[in-house]
Amino acid sequence: MALKMVKGSIDRMFDKNLQDLVRGIRNHKEDEAKYISQCIDEIKQELKQDNIAVKANAVCKLTYLQMLGYDISWAAFNIIEVMSASKFTFKRIGYLAASQSFHEGTDVIMLTTNQIRKDLSSPSQYDTGVALTGLSCFVTPDLARDLANDIMTLMSHTKPYIRKKAVLIMYKVFLKYPESLRPAFPRLKEKLEDPDPGVQSAAVNVICELARRNPKNYLSLAPLFFKLMTSSTNNWVLIKIIKLFGALTPLEPRLGKKLIEPLTNLIHSTSAMSLLYECVNTVIAVLISLSSGMPNHSASIQLCVQKLRILIEDSDQNLKYLGLLAMSKILKTHPKSVQSHKDLILQCLDDKDESIRLRALDLLYGMVSKKNLMEIVKKLMTHVDKAEGTTYRDELLTKIIDICSQSNYQYITNFEWYISILVELTRLEGTRHGHLIAAQMLDVAIRVKAIRKFAVSQMSALLDSAHLLASSTQRNGICEVLYAAAWICGEFSEHLQEPHHTLEAMLRPRVTTLPGHIQAVYVQNVVKLYASILQQKEQAGEAEGAQAVTQLMVDRLPQFVQSADLEVQERASCILQLVKHIQKLQAKDVPVAEEVSALFAGELNPVAPKAQKKVPVPEGLDLDAWINEPLSDSESEDERPRAVFHEEEQRRPKHRPSEADEEELARRREARKQEQANNPFYIKSSPSPQKRYQDTPGVEHIPVVQIDLSVPLKVPGLPMSDQYVKLEEERRHRQKLEKDKRRKKRKEKEKKGKRRHSSLPTESDEDIAPAQQVDIVTEEMPENALPSDEDDKDPNDPYRALDIDLDKPLADSEKLPIQKHRNTETSKSPEKDVPMVEKKSKKPKKKEKKHKQKERDKEKKKEKEKKKSPKPKKKQHRKEKEERTKGKKKSKKQPPGSEEAAGEPVQNGAPEEEQLPPESSYSLLAENSYVKMTCDIRGSLQEDSQVTVAIVLENRSSSILKGMELSVLDSLNARMARPQGSSVHDGVPVPFQLPPGVSNEAQYVFTIQSIVMAQKLKGTLSFIAKNDEGATHEKLDFRLHFSCSSYLITTPCYSDAFAKLLESGDLSMSSIKVDGIRMSFQNLLAKICFHHHFSVVERVDSCASMYSRSIQGHHVCLLVKKGENSVSVDGKCSDSTLLSNLLEEMKATLAKC
Amino acid sequence: MIQAILVFNNHGKPRLVRFYQRFPEEIQQQIVRETFHLVLKRDDNICNFLEGGSLIGGSDYKLIYRHYATLYFVFCVDSSESELGILDLIQVFVETLDKCFENVCELDLIFHMDKVHYILQEVVMGGMVLETNMNEIVAQIEAQNRLEKSEGQVLG
Repeated sequence: MALKMVKGSIDRMFDKNLQDLVRGIRNHKEDEAKYISQCIDEIKQELKQDNIAVKANAVCKLTYLQMLGYDISWAAFNIIEVMSASKFTFKRIGYLAASQSFHEGTDVIMLTTNQIRKDLSSPSQYDTGVALTGLSCFVTPDLARDLANDIMTLMSHTKPYIRKKAVLIMYKVFLKYPESLRPAFPRLKEKLEDPDPGVQSAAVNVICELARRNPKNYLSLAPLFFKLMTSSTNNWVLIKIIKLFGALTPLEPRLGKKLIEPLTNLIHSTSAMSLLYECVNTVIAVLISLSSGMPNHSASIQLCVQKLRILIEDSDQNLKYLGLLAMSKILKTHPKSVQSHKDLILQCLDDKDESIRLRALDLLYGMVSKKNLMEIVKKLMTHVDKAEGTTYRDELLTKIIDICSQSNYQYITNFEWYISILVELTRLEGTRHGHLIAAQMLDVAIRVKAIRKFAVSQMSALLDSAHLLASSTQRNGICEVLYAAAWICGEFSEHLQEPHHTLEAMLRPRVTTLPGHIQAVYVQNVVKLYASILQQKEQAGEAEGAQAVTQLMVDRLPQFVQSADLEVQERASCILQLVKHIQKLQAKDVPVAEEVSALFAGELNPVAPKAQKKVPVPEGLDLDAWINEPLSDSESEDERPRAVFHEEEQRRPKHRPSEADEEELARRREARKQEQANNPFYIKSSPSPQKRYQDTPGVEHIPVVQIDLSVPLKVPGLPMSDQYVKLEEERRHRQKLEKDKRRKKRKEKEKKGKRRHSSLPTESDEDIAPAQQVDIVTEEMPENALPSDEDDKDPNDPYRALDIDLDKPLADSEKLPIQKHRNTETSKSPEKDVPMVEKKSKKPKKKEKKHKQKERDKEKKKEKEKKKSPKPKKKQHRKEKEERTKGKKKSKKQPPGSEEAAGEPVQNGAPEEEQLPPESSYSLLAENSYVKMTCDIRGSLQEDSQVTVAIVLENRSSSILKGMELSVLDSLNARMARPQGSSVHDGVPVPFQLPPGVSNEAQYVFTIQSIVMAQKLKGTLSFIAKNDEGATHEKLDFRLHFSCSSYLITTPCYSDAFAKLLESGDLSMSSIKVDGIRMSFQNLLAKICFHHHFSVVERVDSCASMYSRSIQGHHVCLLVKKGENSVSVDGKCSDSTLLSNLLEEMKATLAKC
Repeated sequence: MIQAILVFNNHGKPRLVRFYQRFPEEIQQQIVRETFHLVLKRDDNICNFLEGGSLIGGSDYKLIYRHYATLYFVFCVDSSESELGILDLIQVFVETLDKCFENVCELDLIFHMDKVHYILQEVVMGGMVLETNMNEIVAQIEAQNRLEKSEGQVLG
């Protein structure tokens, strides 16, 4: 033995240590990879040796290689060996390697549980510390669950060094095992007042992290934190607390009011910039949360802005950056106080630091007003010219567009100016944002009607210069602009000055070099242009001119027909044929312009992006239901194509452009309107007037806008936006002069005239009247659109699980699990609980006992409940009894069976999970003021096509209910078993009377033919209600819903039989997935067991197999898997229809979880 | 929370890589490379914050870094951390290294990566700040070194 030791240490002398490895790598710069792979081979040899020191050395080297990007997961087991070394030196190496390389996917990680537990309870504080540190990096849900209790104990360790580590790691434990939060929270709260500042700081840290995600649960801690804030001197802790308050104040404005004073004191007194900055930040948050009710809050704002200005003016770039960042927060609520610092922010745009420039840009967004928009954009445009990097330039471009288009173009007073800005931006080369500019052009042209004429003139100029764009910038996105230009020129062609010229521009050969989707738009809009030219020519009586245009089209369109892009090709050939036809008509001197332009009659209105989503589904429409049952393959293949051909042939002759007279058109329009009215998918727009063009072809309803003629409409050539700035200034000046005049007059009238107004020369926003009274068409939305957007919260947010109410008293069921072997939840082999470490076994045992006691109590309760429910059965009607003695037997057996099944997984799963609220399998059938009906449907294995419906009738009135009769309308598939001799239409009597307040249960048997589909039966309960004043005859309608689940019978199945069943291969398969599930897996399984009559076959972690059998003997197997926030259910069943219906039902149940 | 702590030299060679969120090794290397390129472009006299964007996590995360001679110390943190506070923390970390290695230089980090990790573990644990008091950190490190030494003697 001793010899071996000696030999081991001699071996070690020849081994490389970490330093040798590093040196070696540095010396082999040329063939580093080769050298490292050689080293890895050596390491593998070393790991095979028994000497722990050698192994530790090898693992240490591996950690280094991991940093260089080598995967060391293959050595996970060796790392665990080193972790379990008795010496601190080696242990530390092992834990470091583990913390760098272990993760939830590491399969051997579960082997570490007991080792870590041992280290946590080690007498040496550094062993414990190193284990905590390591665990904080690789804690998994399993480790968290198994070790939560041990770590909680460490939170009260005698050494502060351990306490603070234990407190910190609790956050990681909470994340992985949210159930531990409530039991551990009281102790965590205690630690806020720990004598050691380090522990205190750790506790503050953890609670701040928790509160940041779910602030409302931590409001109750506010007084405690307030105390800490006023007493603590540790800046780090103060910063955290102040940040926390920033998160809490939006939820509790009263807190904010209290905070302002101490915070402003801190702002004045502290010398630490970090603290000052966070104070300012939180004051801002407070001010945002307070609506303007605070009297002295403008003072606080002023203080903040003033301090931030100092930060921004500081030479330290970091402070400048943060100052701007905080400024943008103030901007949201108090734009005015920031706007006065516009000079400073514009200055920052010139900063050499890109981060600072970007921040300043963000600020600009909120600082614009009607007054300064042009000025700011002008400044930005000069930056665009100067900017060297494309990323920054693109950022500027998007910012310009953002700034201008924000809140529905609120700040734009002159749209001509805006269009010219957009046109100027198209000169940018190499920008990625061509489509953005195009979208703006389209949006403005469509929605601002007054601007169309101007926009069209600009766009035609753009099209004219298209060769410039196409040649140099095809590779980068700016040619997207042509998409918009072509569309605008086509759609609003009536505004074109020289349509013929534009038409030629659009038909140039160079156009074919553009991307396909732009060419397609060109082709389409060429026709629109053509149509309007035709109309003009015909009206002017220039038949020759019209023919010339047609000829131009016929000549030029073929170049598009040859396009490789399908869309372009299709459109072009279609239109070419049309034009050729027109040419023929023209040759015969037939006027065609009317008809051609009829192709493009009507106006296109913008539709809100969300409109489609918001169309409410009409009542009674089930989008998931088959309209026609899907045909089997063989049928459809044979018949379909023929039918299509047939129809096509019939239609052909009709396709000729019929010389449609007005009447015919009107008739069709009417028919279409009718159809649209009945068509649920058509987006109707009765509240908005724009869509009514169909009956009012005129333009009376279009709000026509007066254009201020002080602005010249036509700017020769491409416009320069700067001109507009000047013009705008002049215009405003004029306006102001006029106003002043008026004001003076008024002043003269008011003899006192001592008002404060206009002592300052600045004009407020409201004073500036826009150059064009612009009516911005709002985007259309469907009728009855749902107003609320479900803000899609991320269902995968890991912090959602920690949204836990912490103020509720702790229930016993929530106690943290105490060390014991994990159960693999199989119905076959439950393991025994053996406490591992002797020392600690005392306490757990006690708790275990308590626990068992609880379980027993629960069971007792359950039994009581069971006893209650079968009681009413005794009073059953004799006739019925005779008929279904068999049926009754099983039904008597059945309910306890199903209840057991519901309870089962809870028992064989981890018992410490919180229990579901007791649920009843009885669902509400119908109710009125007299009676409430609930029912439960149970299948039975003995009779393969019968189900028993147990109906509980509860008298809620003060009358006696008697003569009750149940009549149910049978369907083909389901029939009620009636007493012999009675006809289908007779009611079946209820075998009891009900005095006031009493309830009783009656059972009825139904025969079902096919159980693969759910179905509903209509029925009526008629009864006589008798009280002192007399008797009335009453009725109550109900609907019996036979879900597919009600045909299932909880049948236990062992895993081996289950596996065989799955292997047999004659089951069809289907699956569903439900998102947004927060319920624990345990409860989820319980729900499935309870509502759908399944039993758990085997459960491993968050995956379980379940089994059930239908009354007709279909096997149903499920594999239920729980993801982060979702559950997927894979099902196999001998009948595919049954399975898909079952899964649908299950989906509905799960969706409620 | 601190998402990652990276130390690399002026050529982008990693000297310490500590992620508090799991990334496969090749992604880790990629992040180090990208971060290096982001930081390298920046002059020493511009601000020490960088919006990381696509690197780790997303818009909630920032890169906060300091440049000392040949080394960059980069912390990737989310919005719950105070920017200036983290800058101070980097300073504390570097000063602690200086004390423990006695005039720390890049070579110390190269050859004693494990020790650097042990020091870091006393400052940041699982992505959360454990201790900011330098004397306390140094005291714990020294105590552990003594423990290691005593074990080494027994091993003899």
